[in-house]
Amino acid sequence: MGSNMAECHPVGFQWVMEAKLRGATIIHVDPRFTRTSAMASRYVPIRAGSDIAFLGGIVNYILEHGREFRDYVVNYTNAPVIINEDFKDTEDLDGFFSGWNEEKACYNNSSWQYAGMRVRGAVQDDETALSGEQVHHGAALEHGEPPEEDPTLKHPRCVFQLLKRHYSRYTPERVSEICGCSVEQFLAVAEALCENSGRERTSAFCYAVGWTQHTIGVQIIRTAAIIQLLLGNMGRTGGGIMALRGHASIQGSTDIPTLFNILPGYIPMPHAHAHQTLAQFVEQNASPTGWWGRLDAYMVSLLKAYYGPRATPENEFCFGHLPRISGDHSTYQAALDMLEHKVKGFFLFGENPAVGSANSRLHRFALANLEWLVVRDLVEIESASFWHDAPELETGELKTEDIGTEVFLLPAAAHVEKNGSFTNTQRLLQWHFKALEPPADCRSDLWFMYHLGRLIREKLKDSDDPRDRPILDLEWHYPTEGQHEDPSAGAVLREISGWDSEGRAVSGFGALKADGSTACGCWIYSGCYADEQNQPARKKPGQDQSWVAPEWGWAWPSNRRILYNRASADPDGKPWSERKKYVWWDEEQGRWTGYDVPDFGAQKRPDYVPPAGARAEDAIAGNHPFIMQADGRGWLFVPSGLRDGPMPTHFEPQESPFENPLYKQQSNPARKQLHHRLSPFNPTARHKGADAYPYVLTTFRLTEHHTAGGMTRSVPYLAEVQPEMFCEVSPALAAERGLENGGWATIITARTAIEARVLVTDRLRALRVQGQALHQVAVPWHWGTRGLVTGESANDLFGLALDPNVQIQEVRGATCDIRPGRRPRGRAVRELVESYPHARAERSAHSHAHHERTNR
Amino acid sequence: MSTTLQLGATPLGPASYGDEAKPRMGFFTDTSICIGCKACEIACKEWNQVPQDELGFSGESFDNTGELSANSWRHVAFIEQPTGVGGVQAADSDFRWLMSSDVCKHCTHAACLDVCPTGAIFRTEFGTVVIQPDVCNGCGYCVPACPFGVIGRRERDQLPAADGEVTGLGTTHKCTLCYDRLKDGIEPACAKACPTDSIQFGQLDELRDRARGRVERLHEEGIAEARLYGEDPNDGVGGFGAFFLLLDDPEVYGLPPDPVVPTKRLPEIWGAAFLAGAALAAGVVAAVAGGRR
Repeated sequence: MGSNMAECHPVGFQWVMEAKLRGATIIHVDPRFTRTSAMASRYVPIRAGSDIAFLGGIVNYILEHGREFRDYVVNYTNAPVIINEDFKDTEDLDGFFSGWNEEKACYNNSSWQYAGMRVRGAVQDDETALSGEQVHHGAALEHGEPPEEDPTLKHPRCVFQLLKRHYSRYTPERVSEICGCSVEQFLAVAEALCENSGRERTSAFCYAVGWTQHTIGVQIIRTAAIIQLLLGNMGRTGGGIMALRGHASIQGSTDIPTLFNILPGYIPMPHAHAHQTLAQFVEQNASPTGWWGRLDAYMVSLLKAYYGPRATPENEFCFGHLPRISGDHSTYQAALDMLEHKVKGFFLFGENPAVGSANSRLHRFALANLEWLVVRDLVEIESASFWHDAPELETGELKTEDIGTEVFLLPAAAHVEKNGSFTNTQRLLQWHFKALEPPADCRSDLWFMYHLGRLIREKLKDSDDPRDRPILDLEWHYPTEGQHEDPSAGAVLREISGWDSEGRAVSGFGALKADGSTACGCWIYSGCYADEQNQPARKKPGQDQSWVAPEWGWAWPSNRRILYNRASADPDGKPWSERKKYVWWDEEQGRWTGYDVPDFGAQKRPDYVPPAGARAEDAIAGNHPFIMQADGRGWLFVPSGLRDGPMPTHFEPQESPFENPLYKQQSNPARKQLHHRLSPFNPTARHKGADAYPYVLTTFRLTEHHTAGGMTRSVPYLAEVQPEMFCEVSPALAAERGLENGGWATIITARTAIEARVLVTDRLRALRVQGQALHQVAVPWHWGTRGLVTGESANDLFGLALDPNVQIQEVRGATCDIRPGRRPRGRAVRELVESYPHARAERSAHSHAHHERTNR
Repeated sequence: MSTTLQLGATPLGPASYGDEAKPRMGFFTDTSICIGCKACEIACKEWNQVPQDELGFSGESFDNTGELSANSWRHVAFIEQPTGVGGVQAADSDFRWLMSSDVCKHCTHAACLDVCPTGAIFRTEFGTVVIQPDVCNGCGYCVPACPFGVIGRRERDQLPAADGEVTGLGTTHKCTLCYDRLKDGIEPACAKACPTDSIQFGQLDELRDRARGRVERLHEEGIAEARLYGEDPNDGVGGFGAFFLLLDDPEVYGLPPDPVVPTKRLPEIWGAAFLAGAALAAGVVAAVAGGRR
């Protein structure tokens, strides 16, 4: 679900096909019948944006029919935990949980906590709670065990019962009514999952951006997590939830992030007001129990990697040098800030927002408002060329001579022209070797960053301005190699892995210390250079080692191939089944053993009970596998860490032709809506003008092109196999709107209108939703103004409604209108768009709150 | 007509290489696991430096290649099929999307080779059929001779976007089964790139065994419509060097149901022509003789 794996991850999909050849059942649930559906044993169509209803229906099916894996659920999840008596469900409050603050448009989660225990960090302070920029690692329990539990799962306030009640209305009939699939289709999937889970069998979910790119994206994935925990499919072979990433090493760029709100290894970015000192930072973010209890060691080691000998206990290891965040500085907010001249200069590496970001039209205006822009890419992408070829030049909204942005387009080296690592979807680091030197002036990003830093430091070297200290104090020495003086990628990897006070490579994060004697660039990657070996560079063939293949590359953390794999054994440490045996307790040796590196204290007995006052990992009992959580359990119910509720709830997308049949609250109340005159919303159901946009609009990707197309539209062989922007419509919609296969259509939202060739296909079907026929319009988002094949950009059509937890855009389920023929040219296209209704801004508490804060 | 005489000789090709003959190599394309990624098309073009073809949206499912030609040596067909047939694709829906990567069949009895007047087309030591572009004179006899429409002549006007570097203009082109790679002991580019092993490369007799096993397996799974296409050495072209597992009739994929090498009847045709000529000559003689009377 939420993934078109055969088309978007064809190489990884070979393993799905291999599993199928060995008898696995493949189920594909998706708005479109895709190349993945064609390979599936079973395909179920659903309406874009209705995933939680479908998955919630499965949760209900499991609980109604007693299909949960009881021993697993009781011992390994927080199902038995009693929740605070103040907690109120969406079932009580018609779409809200308790703690909603209407004025600030956010939740206070104190009523979501475990009963009898104050969970630290539960009452979020206003700054961090509002801005959405702080990451959370869940509750910090005073000690590892919740005080009130009911192992019989009967207590009305235990998580299990709360869950049961929350999903009781997600019946097969309701699922069918919301999603548009038949009751039979839904039941077949629910039953197949239950039948194929338990002691002897496991099932896996694969998802991609079809799940994330919603205003409820995080909660969709959470629903799958609930299913997998109830069915006992986590930490076991053939189970789990696989997040298929958007492109090569996107996992790596989250682990060692290009995100504004986290530091390497998911350490939160310090906040300007909340985190004045290192002690404060650690105190507020470390969890006394679970592996986050060692945050001080990870953070100090990171600072030692950044600042080397200049980081000392006396100066808090240069903690004060780190940049701070003061609000939302994510992609979309940054674009709005460019429009307001708050952001003056910008670096773009491997990203093409003028095509690839939601409301790419707005991004072009934003880029045109900068003073300077550095673009490093393989070709002149639209985000570098907008000043001379943006579609807004045609409408007269932008004029080349009025655009002041100075664009520096720097040629980048491709992956075969540099050494480095890719981290793939299952956390596996694989090294790639340079095959040839980059041509002409093309250089690697590593080369650019290193030499840019070196030159800046040279320019500042005589400065005594305190603001230059963070740069001058950096440890910025890497050996260079080759004719272009490329910094050694191996040396960077070694720094990421870490070293001790003697400068020897550390074995792993367990060796990291908070006293400044170790340095480590990313604690979860620690050990990837253990024994002074580039571990990701290992390429021992599969047939020469065990089936887990531990000597192919290196997986974080500690080369564990399946996370939380202690769950593959029962509470006593014995495999749940011989067939699914993976990691187990060896009583004779007094340690965990098995096919993989145990993701657990190697010698922690299954019957270990933490003594009073135990901290960090020592506070996790021997029968609790989820060691990153404060209580070592898989969380069916999330007391803290999420902005939009402890249990996933079906909400309609920001723009929907349908009312939410479950709650009065139409859409996720905590979602983020960014308002700007360039980014109005379509009126949604039960608002005036909603019927002007009767169709559901969703984006998709093709195998033949890569994301925003910069790497593929310029390649002749790829350009010719998908040569034009098109839209997919069902024969019924084509008949309704007079669209002809091979002809042209104009797709319209409140943002803009674009034209596309028409592909009429039986692969799209009208669905019956809430008793009405629903048509969906699907558009690939690969095209722009550049390359061998050009076309209009699908992302121009979307507004800026975001998930509140991760600020991702909702581009999988908006609304639109579609007409036959090409769009009007020039100014007339704006007149067409302006003839359509816009939503009135009902409440903009989020962006409004930001506005106030930044102004004060 | 030495080529027609060769037709009767078995086996064709590799045996004539004597000690240098290699086992006959080929492709087994199992379309039941083809995911339509077109990696075969791209890898083929990359390796063999086949030029970019015309750019244009076909409106025919995801097939913008259209057919095998001088500039497309692999072609993935996409068939959107509303059907009552159950089977391997979306068992519970009444719709399936068939995908199949087509290629030169490297026929046992190859008409293209038979009709080539210059000897540009030859059979390799691997039993494959290859055109030598530097020998080809562009006569184009092979184009209509192929019962599958595999071969085409490369023309400048087919290549609107191509720069001046295109080679082989005016001559015919098709899959070589990566003859250069085979000589170095590596598998053809398409098979190497195929992520699901839908395209399998190997010794033909082994591939045939494997394919029969695969069909049996699919039949056991209830996919009754699975069948092999071109694996039978007794068919009209003497069996394909590159054969297929299909999930429907060949026509559905745009393939001829019962291909016959057009030169098959050439000896008979020549015989008939000889007889007709003889009869004509006899008639003329008789007429002349009669006229003198």
